[in-house]
Amino acid sequence: MIVEKDETMPVRNAEDIVRVRREVRTHAVGAGFSLVDQTKIVTAASEIARNTVDYGGGGTLHLSTVRLGARRGVRLIFSDQGPGIADLKLALTDGYTTGSGLGLGLSGAKRLSSEFDVKSTPGEGTVVTIVRWK
Amino acid sequence: MEQIPILKIGDCLLVSIQVDMHDRLALALQDDLTAKIVESRARGVMIDISALEVVDSFIGRMLNNIAAMSRVLDAVTVVVGMQPAVAITLVELGLALTGVKTALNVDKGLALIRRLIDGEEDGLDRREG
Repeated sequence: MIVEKDETMPVRNAEDIVRVRREVRTHAVGAGFSLVDQTKIVTAASEIARNTVDYGGGGTLHLSTVRLGARRGVRLIFSDQGPGIADLKLALTDGYTTGSGLGLGLSGAKRLSSEFDVKSTPGEGTVVTIVRWK
Repeated sequence: MEQIPILKIGDCLLVSIQVDMHDRLALALQDDLTAKIVESRARGVMIDISALEVVDSFIGRMLNNIAAMSRVLDAVTVVVGMQPAVAITLVELGLALTGVKTALNVDKGLALIRRLIDGEEDGLDRREG
């Protein structure tokens, strides 16, 4: 996977979530995504960014435009040093939440992505990686 | 502080969301609208989201909440102008927006609100999507 464009940004508060949406949109447009695909990756980014703020106590987003052969895509790596996720399988279940939301963040973002990976260590933090290919 | 304007037209309230809302602004709109429904005795609420390029689960929940609260306050809510890409994404996200009535545009939204209010006054249930 070749990284064509790369940046890191803070994900600490509600304003950062708006900035994440804007920057992910810019990368998706640059990678030549259709409007529907742009909307899907921006929405997935918004869900994970909110998890990072609400459950991870804030963190960072490593955002890249990537290329694999002729395919271009957008990759997002959200990391936090929060409490981590005790039961990943449960956290990925539609409607499950430990907060006040709808419990669609992780499961919904997974459906909106081409590739999805969560690594979490209780007490150390969580890294969510998503890629959407054009 | 930023605020989303709420316009009163007859017995309806009209909100047109023109900015990418951060979460607190969305919550403030929910509270403002609820207060305004009571204060103005509105029977209908129309929320225009044609300028919204993203509706995530947080905004979706806000729309659901507004519809539920206005129902309790004897008003009907219609969401208008959802972009096709947003609709496709919402379904894939798993957000059904049950309980939120939608219409294609402001004209159709107003007509739907009229029908819903008149239907209730006739004692008939003529709810339709």
